[in-house]
Amino acid sequence: MAKLLGIDVGSTTVKAAVLSESLEILYTSYERHYARVKECVLHQLGVVREKFGGDFCISVTGSAGLGLAERSGLPFVQEVQAAFTAIRRYYPDADAAVELGGEDAKIIFITGGTEQRMNGSCAGGTGAFIDQMATLLDLSVGEMDELSLKAEKVYPIASRCGVFAKSDIQPLLNQGARKEDIAASIFQAVVDQTVSGLAQGRRIKGKVLFLGGPLYFLKGLRRAFRKTLALDGEHAVFPDNAPSFMAIGAALYAANVDAVPIGEAIFRIENAKGSDDVVTGDPLFKDRAEYEDFVSRHKKSDLAFADIRSYRGDAYLGIDSGSTTTKLILVTPDAKILYSHYQSNNGQPLDIVLERLREIYSLAEGRVRIAGAAVTGYGEDMMKAALKADFGIVETVAHFKAALWFDPQVDFIIDIGGQDIKCFKIKNGVIDSIMLNEACSSGCGSFIQTFAKAMGMEIDEFSKLGLFAKHPVELGSRCTVFMNSSVKQAQKEGASVEDISAGLSASIVKNAIYKVIRARTPDELGEHILVQGGTFLNDAVLRSFEIETGKQVVRPGIAGLMGAFGAALYAKENIRGESTVISEEELKGFTYTSKSHVCKGCTSHCSVNVIGFSDGRKFISGNKCEKGAGRKPHSDELDIYAYKYERIQKSVTGAAGRRGRVGIPLALVFYEQLPLWAGFFETCGFEVVLSERSSRELYFRGQHTVASDTVCYPAKLTHGHIESLLDKGVDFIFYPCESYNLDEHDSTNHYNCPVVAYYPELLKANNERLSEENFVMPYIDPNDRRTTVRALKKALKKYKLSAGLIKRGLKEGFARLEAYYRDVRDKGGEITAKAERLDLPAVILAGRPYHIDPEINHGIGKLLTSLHIAVLSEDSVFFKGKEVLVNVLNQWTYHARLYRAAEYAGEHDNVNLVQLVSFGCGIDAITTDEVRSILEKSGKLYTQIKIDEINNLGVVKIRLRSMLAAIEEQKRRRDEEKKR
Amino acid sequence: MKKKRDERQDAVADFRDEYPKFTKEMKHTHKILVPDMLPVHFGIIVEILKKDGWDIELLHNDSRAVIDEGLKHVHNDTCYPALCVTGQFIDALKSGKYDVEHTAVMITQSGGGCRASNYIPLIRKALKAEFPHVPVVSLNFAGLEKDSGFPVDLVTLAKLAFAIFYGDTLASLYNQCKPYEEEEGASDRAREDCVRYILEAFDRKKYLRYRRITRYLLERFQKVEGKREGKVKVGIVGEIYVKYSPLGNNRLEEFLLSEGCEPVVPALMDFVMYCAVNNVNDAKLYNKKSAATPLFALVYRYLHRVQKKIIRLTEKYGFEPLHDFEHLRRCADKVINQGVKMGEGWLIPAEMAALAETGTDNIVCAQPFGCLPNHIAGKGTIRTLKEMYRYENIVAVDYDPSATKVNQENRIKLMLATARENYGRIKNQEK
Repeated sequence: MAKLLGIDVGSTTVKAAVLSESLEILYTSYERHYARVKECVLHQLGVVREKFGGDFCISVTGSAGLGLAERSGLPFVQEVQAAFTAIRRYYPDADAAVELGGEDAKIIFITGGTEQRMNGSCAGGTGAFIDQMATLLDLSVGEMDELSLKAEKVYPIASRCGVFAKSDIQPLLNQGARKEDIAASIFQAVVDQTVSGLAQGRRIKGKVLFLGGPLYFLKGLRRAFRKTLALDGEHAVFPDNAPSFMAIGAALYAANVDAVPIGEAIFRIENAKGSDDVVTGDPLFKDRAEYEDFVSRHKKSDLAFADIRSYRGDAYLGIDSGSTTTKLILVTPDAKILYSHYQSNNGQPLDIVLERLREIYSLAEGRVRIAGAAVTGYGEDMMKAALKADFGIVETVAHFKAALWFDPQVDFIIDIGGQDIKCFKIKNGVIDSIMLNEACSSGCGSFIQTFAKAMGMEIDEFSKLGLFAKHPVELGSRCTVFMNSSVKQAQKEGASVEDISAGLSASIVKNAIYKVIRARTPDELGEHILVQGGTFLNDAVLRSFEIETGKQVVRPGIAGLMGAFGAALYAKENIRGESTVISEEELKGFTYTSKSHVCKGCTSHCSVNVIGFSDGRKFISGNKCEKGAGRKPHSDELDIYAYKYERIQKSVTGAAGRRGRVGIPLALVFYEQLPLWAGFFETCGFEVVLSERSSRELYFRGQHTVASDTVCYPAKLTHGHIESLLDKGVDFIFYPCESYNLDEHDSTNHYNCPVVAYYPELLKANNERLSEENFVMPYIDPNDRRTTVRALKKALKKYKLSAGLIKRGLKEGFARLEAYYRDVRDKGGEITAKAERLDLPAVILAGRPYHIDPEINHGIGKLLTSLHIAVLSEDSVFFKGKEVLVNVLNQWTYHARLYRAAEYAGEHDNVNLVQLVSFGCGIDAITTDEVRSILEKSGKLYTQIKIDEINNLGVVKIRLRSMLAAIEEQKRRRDEEKKR
Repeated sequence: MKKKRDERQDAVADFRDEYPKFTKEMKHTHKILVPDMLPVHFGIIVEILKKDGWDIELLHNDSRAVIDEGLKHVHNDTCYPALCVTGQFIDALKSGKYDVEHTAVMITQSGGGCRASNYIPLIRKALKAEFPHVPVVSLNFAGLEKDSGFPVDLVTLAKLAFAIFYGDTLASLYNQCKPYEEEEGASDRAREDCVRYILEAFDRKKYLRYRRITRYLLERFQKVEGKREGKVKVGIVGEIYVKYSPLGNNRLEEFLLSEGCEPVVPALMDFVMYCAVNNVNDAKLYNKKSAATPLFALVYRYLHRVQKKIIRLTEKYGFEPLHDFEHLRRCADKVINQGVKMGEGWLIPAEMAALAETGTDNIVCAQPFGCLPNHIAGKGTIRTLKEMYRYENIVAVDYDPSATKVNQENRIKLMLATARENYGRIKNQEK
């Protein structure tokens, strides 16, 4: 019999294993393939031929091995199956196995019902995710691992996909959180993702094997897994051959196949054809000459330079403290560049700026006077405080200022930065609408960067390769995780690195145009398009953009510095008197310290970061309200979200009940119907027990019963509420299924969304602690009293309630519900009146009733009031709006309110609408476009905020401030026109 | 309620955009394009409607451009079927093959609480920029889109119903023979013959003679030689579009055939009956009666009678019959309440359970990425089903414009590996 050979071709590595006839492991290897799959496999086979020669029974496994096996006619075994084969041979007593690979995560349950699971198509938390995070921290994966072992605390980080995690990590970095802690948090996120996303209701226990590269190499990750699953050394097994475990499994599997001479296998792989599944496009440039033309055309939009070593006079400083990069520019009054700087943050933006300022002062030798300074970007507040800058302005305003300088007729600006895309349409010299990328449709600059690194290249080198690619691959246009798998497929089909590089550039552009801007045709963008942001310095991206739009666009030479340049211009235009910016003298002795603590001021438990400056001043960040900053908190008087949240819980009187204790989860539909059911049960003689208030911890408690990892966060939180009630030991939990919500007579139908309507079914099916006995979920249409009474009587038959009592209960319930409605409406009226009196703008934060949960809205209400805006909700105003006729089928109760609220906003000058959308809400894919169109028809700006489990208000704040700035500007123009 | 609205007429704000309506006269002036949802069924239906004087065409375009057009014209977060259908329309209209001034597009609409009921406005919006004169026709039985509905009389209704019955039987027989055929292409030839026979029956207005027609289909497929054993059976359930449409599910049936499996696809008629039954259920659960409710009950009873007869015939000829709908309902009751009626709702777990009970434990549950009802009725019920049936082996696959085929196939292969192992185990036990 021949020797056995298993080849595992993963998304990032190739592993091989040779077993003897007696199944003894003779040889294993592990190698990164950098997308050169075929070459790498051939190399490994070459080594095997050298070492052993002869015939082999061969089988191939792994995600990238599939195509290779198919086309070379070698046997293929699915990788989880391969792992399973090996486990049964080497660890027959294992109960479960966790395997993390480059882009896959898998769990195999062995005892208690064999089951094999793999991550779905939208699930980060894998090797690629860890790589991406290491890049973000500017560390190698090994360094990150080392650091993680020294962690003192763990921050909550979303691991569903890299994009989310980045938005959690970036603010931490910017606040100066320790890298050690962040590294450990990243590993914890991977563990959480595996436990919740994969195990889905099944607990991982007993003797657990940990397989795959990351789990073998990363000690910090191992530790996090052991701790989370509470496994001791005996029960957590990390095999020595973990990285090549699958290859060994494949070799074992190969015992069933016919042997072939290794030379033949090599020959077959060498001659395997690429398939034509990959769609390719045209090259970016026909020839070198076309490229030269292109380059010289763009050279024209550059700023001139002045020499700081000889210049004498005033200068203006602009700083753009971005999320991943820090940009700084010093210009003369006629906008010549004296000094500029662009640098990746590596976590310490303030250090970068201080160092540059010192350099500026020393180069200037006292000849240059900084006459004004302005800061913009994520780090604006902190920078402004540290440097005592004259102005802090919103990014959007800064970018617009800069764009105007290059093209006074500009009507469209698109900025693709490291991790965000911003677009503004300009109408009549005012920002007319702002579009930012949603957390999901990223795939911006840092994506190419991570990718280049994965290919073992620098970003410049990598993107230049694409310029002259012959057949750029079509990679689709979506989020990072998806693009990764598109690239994987292209690689599998044999696309070259050049083609992939060009394809990625085109993807980024398509993503921006069709996903962020959501343009139907490129003409919608405008005539005078200005592109900027670091990503556009990449010629391949710029060219792709011109090809896609069919237009010649302006890319300033300082595309990466536009925010800073705009800030400098702003400072020049607006400075009155002396600038307060930190002087050369002050700078000399300037130092700072950074400390963080958890604020105990309220239930938000903000992680507050305190930066102390050497001159005794302090800067506090991370706080959602004034409390964290040690100031007197502003009142919630103008925030109906805070009011509603407290008010709805008061509909439970807390009376003891002789019949028993009923648990009601404060989630989804109960955020509106709680008064109804509290009234019902208290009248019927039950004590009503509410689940505890939502928190991230509560979410984690129920995480293991979440069945679908792409459902919205409000639904996922419900699992925690159920756990909370079970722990409180209630007699039963009441949670009705309602296809229909209450009919408010303003829409075609009055459905609930499918998730809200039937979530109890899912809860019951996926939580082993729930049974017929302790989980009561009747099907109810609250609009029909007769069938409701019948359904309740049947559902609660154990308690033998009379029909009369149920009717009385319902009557009381509806009375409490009416009272709640009335109070919300009154409060809305009160806030509106007060805002008018104080001349404050009001914003309708339009979402769903359950968005009042602070864990879901992350305190956006508080943020708005801290910006001096009164906060209304959709249900506090919609009844004042007219009934509306819309294009779409208007058939959901909660959603119908949105349209009317938008109509109301359109009719009131002082009121604007911000739509809150939960990530993954399929129905809002329909409502958002419609709400936007209603608002735009009445000349209002549309702003949307997507919320998820991530807790990063930085982006939200920029969005809201941009909106305010634009509204302000519009108003100013209108007033001016009136005067004329 | 209606009256109330009239009184408040002045208090209504109209934000609707103008869109081209579909009028009856267009029967004579317009060509209607139909998306490629179920190739076999729709193929038959389109031919029948042609004979009724409609100029109608089933689209077959399925290049990458279809998906790209969809991506460009439909909201990012909208479900994949909407994207495929819209993309297919726009790609076709752009092809230059059609006079866009005299072309309409048609889509079905159920009017349930799922966002799929909003496909019509979405398609209208998508067409608006480039094809402002192309009307969108709604094929529905819920009285929606009154100004653009496809006129359906009782005769047409009957024709559609029987076309679905025949399409279901045909598709099922084909799948039962194709994996085992001794002579390559024999099943395909049988299918062609059957389609011809069915269309002739419609031609001669003899389509109601379902026993005779079904018998013909059964006899024709009996002639396909092959030993029907030794292959793993894999059921396909899920959201209606990605379950059936090869464009939507990356040619799932073909893939399963190429893997040496026998695909088992539950009938489209089940979905029709599911819709009818939901209406009856609503009346029962919530007293939501309308004038149509008794009609739905009547229609359901009639369809079920026909279905039972077809099942009996199929069994007589030694083929595996499609599910009896009453059996499906009983299966549903074991897993989930029949009140879960949005999207495909309780039908999905019902089909999964019924498949398990009839020897198909291996199932692909196909759903568009982020499909709302499927969170509950699809992924949400898998745990319960696995507890109920020992060998239940389900893989939930998300379909999405950017989810790659590799990714999907890899997961299906994992399910198949388990399936083959179970198959060996079950065979051993039988011994």
